[in-house]
Amino acid sequence: MAAPCAATGKKRDRDLLRFLTCGSVDDGKSTLIGRLLHDCALILDDQLAALERESRRFGTTGDAIDFSLLLDGLEDERQQRITIDVAYRFFATPARAFVVADTPGHEQYTRNMATGASTCDLALILVDARNGVLAQTKRHAVICSLLGIRHLVLAVNKMDLVGFDEHRFDEIVSGFSSFAAGLGDAALHAIPLSALSGDNVTLRSARTPWYRGPTLIEHLETVEPAPIDGERPFRFPVQWVNRPNPGFRGFSGTVAAGSIAPGDPVLVAGSGRATRVKEIVTFDGPLARAGEGDAVTLTLADEIDIARGDLLADPRDPPECVDQFAAQVIWMSEQPLVPGRSYLLKIGARTVPATITALKHRIDIETMAHLADKSLGANEIGFCNLSTAAPIAFDPYQANRDTGAFILIDRFTNETAGAGMIAFGLRRASNIHWQALTIGRVERAALKEQVPAVLWLTGLSGAGKSTIADLVERKLLARGHHTMLLDGDNVRHGLNRDLGFTDADRVENIRRVGEVAKLMAEAGLIVICSFISPFRAERDMVRELAAPTPFFEIFVDAPLDECIRRDPKGLYAKAKAGRIEHFTGLDSPYEAPEAPELHLTTLAAAPEDSAEAIIATLRQRRII
Amino acid sequence: MSAMAEPVAPPRPRPAHLRRLEAEAIGIMREVAAEFRHPVMLYSIGKDSSVMLHLARKAFFPGRLPFPLLHIDTLWKFREMIAFRDATAQRLGIELIVHTNQEGVQRGINPIASGSALHTQVMKTEALKQALDRHGFDAAFGGARRDEEKSRAKERVFSLRGDNHRWNPKSQRPELWRLYNTRLSGRETMRVFPLSNWTERDVWEYVAAEEIPVVPLYFAALRPVVERSGAWIMVDDDRLPLRPGETPELRRVRFRTLGCYPLTGAIESAAASVAEILAELRDTRRSERQGRLIDGDEDAAMERKKREGYF
Ligand SMILES: Nc1nc2c(ncn2[C@@H]2O[C@H](COP(=O)(O)OP(=O)(O)O)[C@@H](O)[C@H]2O)c(=O)[nH]1
Repeated sequence: MAAPCAATGKKRDRDLLRFLTCGSVDDGKSTLIGRLLHDCALILDDQLAALERESRRFGTTGDAIDFSLLLDGLEDERQQRITIDVAYRFFATPARAFVVADTPGHEQYTRNMATGASTCDLALILVDARNGVLAQTKRHAVICSLLGIRHLVLAVNKMDLVGFDEHRFDEIVSGFSSFAAGLGDAALHAIPLSALSGDNVTLRSARTPWYRGPTLIEHLETVEPAPIDGERPFRFPVQWVNRPNPGFRGFSGTVAAGSIAPGDPVLVAGSGRATRVKEIVTFDGPLARAGEGDAVTLTLADEIDIARGDLLADPRDPPECVDQFAAQVIWMSEQPLVPGRSYLLKIGARTVPATITALKHRIDIETMAHLADKSLGANEIGFCNLSTAAPIAFDPYQANRDTGAFILIDRFTNETAGAGMIAFGLRRASNIHWQALTIGRVERAALKEQVPAVLWLTGLSGAGKSTIADLVERKLLARGHHTMLLDGDNVRHGLNRDLGFTDADRVENIRRVGEVAKLMAEAGLIVICSFISPFRAERDMVRELAAPTPFFEIFVDAPLDECIRRDPKGLYAKAKAGRIEHFTGLDSPYEAPEAPELHLTTLAAAPEDSAEAIIATLRQRRII
Repeated sequence: MSAMAEPVAPPRPRPAHLRRLEAEAIGIMREVAAEFRHPVMLYSIGKDSSVMLHLARKAFFPGRLPFPLLHIDTLWKFREMIAFRDATAQRLGIELIVHTNQEGVQRGINPIASGSALHTQVMKTEALKQALDRHGFDAAFGGARRDEEKSRAKERVFSLRGDNHRWNPKSQRPELWRLYNTRLSGRETMRVFPLSNWTERDVWEYVAAEEIPVVPLYFAALRPVVERSGAWIMVDDDRLPLRPGETPELRRVRFRTLGCYPLTGAIESAAASVAEILAELRDTRRSERQGRLIDGDEDAAMERKKREGYF
């Protein structure tokens, strides 16, 4: 968190604490927040009037005000009495300003909790004194610790229902403490409460004379947010290149760690380019120093090539720069995470294609056990190896949230599919050098007097891919072209004999074939690939892999009924008899191409015509 | 400082929490400028817009704003708002687009005869969609804050709008750290709220600390008003039909929010400076939106409007 205002040299006069609340349904979370706001006199008259109106309509507390309605803002939430989404509340006492992320206890709790926790300094974990610590309570603590929260408050609520019994409180606290000790170095503070009657919320309770600690609000007002372990090394992700005129070139961004002053040396992480800061430019005039959290614009002493996404860093303590690393990944999409599939990874101001190369294990968040698994479903957490299309500069998440966190974006739906926290780099990108070769794709192809290309035939089993592919290859050969044909069935006998037909294996199947096709195209060949390749994501991955080699996605399209009728290999019959699982078209999806280079409908046309159509396209595009 | 601004408190060191909010908003604005093709800033002339505009100037200094401002003019704004808008655009040399739903005008839609709901729907929501479509804007900044209203409290900073600018509260993208997913497909657009985490109080404290000019209607003065459903409505021009027995009286009032004058209630107040407004806020027992006649219709009014594409 931010150091005292480095820029002005003044100490902060009013601080901000971001905290999240978590607990199981009915532990009293909403009641507690409502109570906090109420006792701090933060619920205004017209809001209270609306709340009374709604309490009568939807409430569950009889005549008393149902504080949970204050927080559940969406219509569905109020009608169905559930909390769907994270809500943010703001309040302030004379001592401090607070942002509360209120996260739902059920439904998609992992995703929402992680969202709330990602920006918080402290987590308030509620338990019902009657029930004590539940599995759910432990899960919440685990997620908070994964997200790097260093302060936990265990709020033991509904103490009125256990007679404010000191032993009950101690029992719950000691049980939780021994569990939390396994979670790392988070500080734990426990408070006995009654949200309903207000005991130890803002006023010290006479009914807990045995408790000598602070009230909840006192604790929140005085807790020191994430300790600053000395000054961290300077980090500055370049967000925007500010070039209003040829005479000014500034790099805008927010200081992610450390501080900087004019004259300080900086390094563009990963590139080794070094220079010095000339000036810290702001609307309010140049600064003598900028610190963590300051949004500024830097000008540099030398004209070096810097773009959005680059990370400026302290040359004495630069970040790692790798294209393979290990990370905790929280999955958020209904579409499962599939190793081998290409996603967009956003870290700082940088977005690069990335794949999960291996799911090392899934984490059982109740027991923290490591389980072997092939994919992650929504709200599951796993430890993964990732590989990026270009090296990225990072710090481990534990050292820096801003430079160690990333999100994964689904390339088709554009949804935020996952969030990750980098643990460590797997190898320095610089250790495996690209061997600079003198002879390239162009030279090899020139000798063959042809333009290499990848022809990718996709479609259902029985659509006619292999027949058409074979015809095309014969035609090309007859014209004197050097070709190679990769066929799904044949590859599975050799290169991919270890793969089955789960989604994960299908993705890996295509990834390998894509790499092979790429190598062959680099050898100067026209590569014909005939694969069901049911997922758009992988076909696009191969297209990207092959670039700059021209790539032709050819959709060999026949209705499922027709394929089943043809059934050249008797596979549909077997699948229908239950002897093959995950059969495309039956119990495994086929995602038709959206904009293929060529769309062949084989119901009407003879294979010969389809093959001619492909040849015509290649001629038109000047491949042959 | 503009001649239109009321005197503000003398400059003082900005509190740390304002500096953090400022840095967060600046970061959000730069992200939009970097990642979208054709962004625009909705400029509603109110205090939140004034703060947002000020932050944008900071974000891109010494450069100019890399996007225009857009004002949706319902033709029923207070006259002082329009004067302030034009003076501001001229003073700062900023590109300002003003859009009015001409079909609505032709249909004779107005807040008095058509009622607040239809007027808002046609002259604000529809007008906004028209303007965004016409110019092909793919991202639009709005000055909304999460503390204003309950459904806003759940809205993302980067709020995805689907076909026809609809908001689907149930399929919002999770928003972690400061990593905003800005990707759009097809006809999707983005609404972006850089002031999401500000409170009304923060806005006024920032206006004071930065000496940001705001429309004088925020400051108490003697104004001609009539009382309607418990709110003071200002008679800003002769289009407001007076009901039988109604005579405008001069009262010392000010506005907490600004909108179409027949729909915006004033509060009785003596606060004539930002410092006095802050003092008044400390003691108030009523929320900011109390003066807005459009929300009071029903408790979930705002969420419905937003689903339809309202800001
Ligand atoms: N006796 C007692 N009841 C409480 C207390 N806190 C909450 N409750 C009740 O527990 C129920 C669930 O509370 P609520 O705040 O909706 O729980 P949430 O699901 O965690 O938000 C409600 O009926 C509350 O009135 C408490 O401290 N003591």
